[in-house]
Amino acid sequence: MAKKILKSNSSEETEQIGRDIASTLRGGDVVTLSGELGAGKTTLTQGIARELGIEGYVKSPSYTLINVYESGRLPLYHIDLYRIEGMVDLETLGLEEYIYGNGVSVIEWAERIETAGPGGSADYLPDNIIKVTISHEGDDRRRIEVLREDSDERI
Amino acid sequence: MFVLGIESSCDDMAASVVDDSGLVLSSVVSSQDDIHGLYGGIVPELASRRHIETIVPVVEEALKRAGITIDDVGAMAVTRGPGLVGSILIGLSFVKAVSFARSIPFVGVNHLDAHALSAFLKDGAEDKTPEFPFVSLVVSGGHTMLSLVEGYDKFKLLGQTRDDAAGEAFDKVAKLLGLGYPGGKPIDDLAKKGDAKYIHYKRATIKKYNLEFSFSGLKTGVLNTVKSLEEEGALTDEAKADIAASFQESVVDVLVKKALWALDKTDCDRLVVAGGVACNSRLRAKLKAATDKEGIALFIPKPAYCSDNGAMIALLGLRLFEEGLSIGSFETNALPNSDEF
Repeated sequence: MAKKILKSNSSEETEQIGRDIASTLRGGDVVTLSGELGAGKTTLTQGIARELGIEGYVKSPSYTLINVYESGRLPLYHIDLYRIEGMVDLETLGLEEYIYGNGVSVIEWAERIETAGPGGSADYLPDNIIKVTISHEGDDRRRIEVLREDSDERI
Repeated sequence: MFVLGIESSCDDMAASVVDDSGLVLSSVVSSQDDIHGLYGGIVPELASRRHIETIVPVVEEALKRAGITIDDVGAMAVTRGPGLVGSILIGLSFVKAVSFARSIPFVGVNHLDAHALSAFLKDGAEDKTPEFPFVSLVVSGGHTMLSLVEGYDKFKLLGQTRDDAAGEAFDKVAKLLGLGYPGGKPIDDLAKKGDAKYIHYKRATIKKYNLEFSFSGLKTGVLNTVKSLEEEGALTDEAKADIAASFQESVVDVLVKKALWALDKTDCDRLVVAGGVACNSRLRAKLKAATDKEGIALFIPKPAYCSDNGAMIALLGLRLFEEGLSIGSFETNALPNSDEF
C-alpha cells in the first residue's frame, strides 16, 4: 500500500499532479477519480493525457461515457460514470474491454459502480487501482489524495 | 416524396415525416425526461432500453399524424452518430430491418449536421429559411460547435469546446444549485428572478478571435460561490437566482461573442443557432440584439426543432438522398465519435 497527500492551489497545479501520476503509469493501470462537480477531475485527466504524449484537448466524457485517445505512448480510456446512477446493468456497457485492456483507464465518478444495478459492485474493477480523491478546501485550493491498496508502490 | 426520419442518439426517441419541400408533416418525440429526472441524469443503458420499447409506437404515431403509411415512404433517414452507441444502434437496426422488409432506401446522417440544417425545416406560412453559406452555432448537452456551412454536405469546423459543452454546464450548475434535470429550463426560469451582475464570472474567451470554447472553469467558479455561501449559511433562494443569472450571462456572452467573431472571420452575414441550448430565452434575446445591430440575418428554429428531433434528420436525409450521398446498406455502422465522420 502506498499513499500520498498533495495540495493544489490552481488548475495548473492540478494538471501538473496529473502529469506526475501519469509518469509512473503502465498499460493496464486503472486510475479512479473521486470528487464533486468542479473539483478538477477533468483537469487532472488533462495532465495524465499530456504526460502520456496525447495532443489536443481532453473533453468531458459525461455525455459520451467514454472517450478513447490512442495517439500517446499508451492508449488512454477516459470514462465518466456521472450519468450512471442506479438501475444500470454495467455489464451491458462493455467497459470491461477497456478497463481490462492494455491502456490506462481513468474513471471519473467510479463510486457510481458500487451503487449501480446488476454487475455493480466493488469487484467490477481490478485490484491494481490508483485511487485519487480530490477535495475542496476553499476557492481554488484542493487536497488530492493518491492511494494504492495493492502491493505495488508506484504512485 | 415522403421521408421518414429517426433520431435515437441520446435521451430521446424521435420520428418525423417530411416532404420533399422540407415541410414537416409530423414530428414525434418521446421525451424521456421524466425517467431521467428520477436519477438526476441521463442513464444511458436505461435510455437504450427505453428506445427499444418506444421506437415502434413513436414511428407509428409519426406516420399516423402525417396521414400516410409506411408504403408511402420514399426514403428513410437515421442518425449514425455522434452519440451513445447503444442508443444509435436501436434506430439504425430498426431502419435497416424496415429497409430490407419494404425495399425502402435509407441514408445515415450526422446528428450535428442535422442540427445545423434544422433552420431549413418548414411548418407554416411564415417560414424563413437561410441560404448557403451560413455560420452555424450548435449548442447542446453534448456539443458546442461553430461551423461554416456551404452546402448540405459541406461543413467546415471553425471551433468547438475544449472541455465541457454549454448544455452540460447548464446541467451541472443546475445540479450544484439543487435544481432539476435537464438544467436548461430551470436555470433559465430562475435566472429571470436573479441579478446577472451579482458575480462577474470570467468569460472564457481564451483570446480574441479564438473560436474554441471552455466551460469547465465556469462550473468550478459556481462551485466556489456555492461552497462559500453554504459556509456562511447564505445560500438562500435569492442567492441561487443571482448565481443562476450570473452563470447564464457568462455562457450567453461567450456564445454571442464567438458567433460574431466567426461571422467576421468568414465574412458571412447569416447565422443559424440550433441545439437544445438555443431554447434559452436570454441567449435568444442577446443574439437577436447583437445580430440586429450588426446587420446579420439570424435563424433560430422553433424550440421543437432546436432540441433533438426526427424532422432535422429527415430533412438532411432527404437532401443527401437527392444527391445520391450517404446511401445506407447492411454494412452501415454507428459512428459514436464525431471525428469518425
